[in-house]
Order: sequence, then structure tokens, then C-alpha cells
Amino acid sequence: MKIDVGYVAELARLELTDEEKSVFQPQLENIVKYVEKISEVDVEGVEPMMHGRTLVNAFREDEVRPSLAAETALANAPARVGDEFLLPKIVEGAES
Amino acid sequence: MELYELGIKAAREGLAKGEFSSIDLTQAIIDRYHAKNAEIGAYLTFDEEQALELARANPKAVPIAVKDLINVTGQPCTCASKILKGYVSPYDATVIKNMKSHGFISAGRVNMDEFAMGSSTENSGLGVTRNPYDLTRVPGGSSGGSAAAVGGNLCIAALGTDTGGSIRQPASFCNCVGIKPSYGRVSRYGVTAFASSLDQVGPMTKSVEDAAILLGALAGHDEMDGTTPKDPVPDYAAAIKGASMKGVRLGVAKEYFEVEGMDPEVKRITEEALSKCEKAGAELVEVSLPHTEYAMAVYYIIAPAEASANLARFDGVRYGHRSAEAKDVFSLYTKSRAEGFGPEVKRRIIMGTYVLSSGYYDAYYGRAQKVRTLITRDFAEAFGKCDALLSPCAPTPAFRFKELQDPLTMYLNDLFTIPSALAGVCASSVPAGFTRDTKMPVGVQFICGAFEEAKLLSVSKAFEDLRGSLV
Repeated sequence: MKIDVGYVAELARLELTDEEKSVFQPQLENIVKYVEKISEVDVEGVEPMMHGRTLVNAFREDEVRPSLAAETALANAPARVGDEFLLPKIVEGAES
Repeated sequence: MELYELGIKAAREGLAKGEFSSIDLTQAIIDRYHAKNAEIGAYLTFDEEQALELARANPKAVPIAVKDLINVTGQPCTCASKILKGYVSPYDATVIKNMKSHGFISAGRVNMDEFAMGSSTENSGLGVTRNPYDLTRVPGGSSGGSAAAVGGNLCIAALGTDTGGSIRQPASFCNCVGIKPSYGRVSRYGVTAFASSLDQVGPMTKSVEDAAILLGALAGHDEMDGTTPKDPVPDYAAAIKGASMKGVRLGVAKEYFEVEGMDPEVKRITEEALSKCEKAGAELVEVSLPHTEYAMAVYYIIAPAEASANLARFDGVRYGHRSAEAKDVFSLYTKSRAEGFGPEVKRRIIMGTYVLSSGYYDAYYGRAQKVRTLITRDFAEAFGKCDALLSPCAPTPAFRFKELQDPLTMYLNDLFTIPSALAGVCASSVPAGFTRDTKMPVGVQFICGAFEEAKLLSVSKAFEDLRGSLV
């Protein structure tokens, strides 16, 4: 199985150096080859296990509760302006 | 006996009798940290002031070392990743709140593989942890800092997390007791997510009784984690009183013994454990877990898939590292993540993204979830015939630094711990002996059904008593 490591990394929003690509390529192909073992198993009619246990919905009353204060939530921000996280421009042509 | 050598039970007895205070105990751990941490590297950081302040406010509390992915207000929580360097937690994880209300305080942050991905703690982006029994060997992982701290007497007990074996394998490598609770038994709120359908927090301790006490404090329903049912938490410390092997049906699965690459000393110690249990009145029952050979493959699809989604939150926007090179929002994501994550985390994000990507989802993730059902059924069938399974915990004792270079070879170290993680059942690692040649500790694993921690702890305690002192 040939993986386009650069393309998949871009999907994952991860920039890779050429060196990383050449190291990861054979390693990942090796891992993918190994996990393909599961194609041997007959799973006809078997339900998928979505989680670590059978889950039931955990409902609670729809009531307002205090959340983290803005100042606390922003305390770890790499950059901020007022009560907001500061980011480079996202929408082309918009005022930043 | 020095204060830092105490376990939870002995520490509590001394506190109750007024022989020493929580401040004395915490100070003893701090002094030990200063004497030993440069060599062992169990802790990443230790906020001595906060630990002593907590001890002053809770004079009967026992200090516990915390794996660096569990949030404690005002403390760093780096997950041993450069991407979270400088991060300070704004709130307490539920397990930390639960510990407080049960007479425990947090003291010190212990090292781990970055984002809990690894089996040797060599993937930590922030420090090296050495095995206290041989400094040229790894402590195991991902909870390697927790195990080294317990095994090297740098703490009274520690919290670890287990996704595919991250509590049990390092416990085996460092001669401590480790419990991976059933999925849902302990809240994950405030614990940085790796693979959400597998992650569990558990105790790493100097005895089974300590593990029972600490698990009792951690476990229970939490409205902040929808996977925790309202089932009452049994009194685990009471459940292990008078523990005995008499009449215990102990399952032996051939898939866990006929394994290529298993160290002969591990095999010997596990077989001796079995015969000790049998002599003490346990009935050995042959069982089969026929899908065991697929568990590794299933895990290395499901865990990276979930990790790739969970780690999307580290994007340089709200917290964590932001690249100074970013020119627009796309490069802010790609460069911040490139600079912040280490190689194993990158590999798993790529692997996870690949198996979830369009056209591959059904063949990998979808199919893996179905095989996971079959693995879980294997356990259900086995537990129809026996009370607990006994197996090796890891195929080898602690290996040397850089000994396992290839990622896939490293993954195979979790062979015996991954199937039970996928099935969501509970399991322990209990020290069982030392290798004759290298004098390294080896643990055995007990596995019980989901939410049968009382039984698991009882069988583990009975074995610990049979085994006797290892020193």
C-alpha cells in the first residue's frame, strides 16, 4: 500500500520536512501492512463496537451554569486582543 | 523506614496516630525528589510551594504524584509535549477533586510518552526517565514517570493512565502494582484525551491494598463524563480483606503463552505464578481468546484514528505553542503543529488521518470496530468459564534505551495489554519476581470482566500474599 504521506499530513494540518517524509513513509507503510491483517477476519453480520462500553445518553436538565471566566479561558492564549483570541486574517478581503 | 518509602496504607496509619503530618510526608517526598530526580527523571516539574500549601491545608492527606496529562488548577499540564510548554491548567480534573475529598493531595508532575503515545517514555518531548532498577533501561510507558516514581520511592503512590497498556507495562517494568479500571469506571474529565474509547485513569502503587484504597477514591459517576455509569463504587479496601485463591477459577489462555519473542524469564515467572496459585487452591481453566492475534492491528487503527481527531485541538489558536513563522491561518496550524509535536505523535496523527480518510474508512476503521466486537466477545465467553485470567503483562522485562528503534517493534510490546483495553474490561499488573540474570522486575497480569474491580483486586491481593516479599 502506497501512502501519500505529504498529502495525508496536509489533511491533518501538519507540515513535514522532506526528511520527515522519507523517514515516515516506510514506517507508515510497514504499520499499514501490519494492520491489514484484519482483512482476514470474517466480520459478516458483526455489529461495530463504537465505544469502550455500551453507551446510553447522559441527559441533564437544560439549565444555565457558570463556565470558565473569559479571563481564565484566555490565560493560556498565545495572542489576544481584549476578550478575544487574536488570529491572522481568515477570510480573504475581510478587514482584519 | 524513611517516610518516602511508605505506601498509602502505612502513611495513613502514621498520620492517624499523629506520628507525622502531611507536611512531614510531603517534605520527605520533596527531599527525596532533590536527592534522586536528577538521576531517575521521574518528575518533569515539582511545585514544592503548592504541594506544601496543600499539605498545610489538609494535614491528614497523602501526597500523590500526577501524570502530566491530568489537569490540576494552577499547575502545568504539558502531556510531555513541547506544544503545551508553559500551559497552566485553569481547572481540576474530576479525579483530582475526588482525590481531595478522599484525603489525597497532588504533589509533583511525572513524565510520560508525549500524549501517552509510547511504551518506554522515550517519546517524552521534555525529559528522560530512567528505570530505578537499572538506569540503563527504560521505565516502560506511557506512564513511565509514574512507575519510576513509585518503583524508586520518589512518591507514596501515583496516578497513571492506560489506553493500551500504559499503566500495566510500566508497572511490570518498575516493580509496582498498576490497575487499569474498566472503561467508564473512572471519569476522564480534565484528562487530556488520547483515544477516547480506551483511555482510563488508574492507580500505580506499592501494594494491591494501596491500589484498592486509591481506586476507591478515583472511581464513580461524574456528570462531566457521560461514559461513567451511576453504578455504586464497592468498598474495594473491604473487598480484599481475607482474599484467597481457594476455589478461584483462573483462566489460562494459550494465546498469551505461545508467543514468539517472549522472554524465557517472563515465561518462567508467569508459569511459577500459575503453579503457586494452583497450589493455593485455584482451579486452572484452559480458555481461548481466538481473536487475540488481531488485537494489535485493531488497536493501531482505532487509537491513532481517535488521536488524530482529539489532537486537532492543538492548533496554536487558544492555547499551546504558536509558530512565529505563521503567515496566514493555514500555516499557523501546520507550522505550530510541526514545531510542537514530536515524531511518534506525528506518525500517529498521519496514521489516524489515513485510516479515516475518504475511501479507506470502511476497510480500516469500520472493519476494526467490528473485529473489536469479536475480541470483546472472546472475553465474555472466557469469563463464562473462569473468574479471572492470568497472563504475562509484557513479553519482556524493561529493555535498554534505543533498543527498540522501529515503531512497529515497539508497538508489539503491548501485545498482552491491548486486547483487554479494547474489550473495556479491568486488569492489573502485580509484581511477580525478578529475572535471574539481569535482576529486573517482572509483573503478571490479572484480567476480570467489566466493573469487576472488587474481584480483580481480591485475586491480585491473594497472589501478592502468596508471592510474599520480593526483597
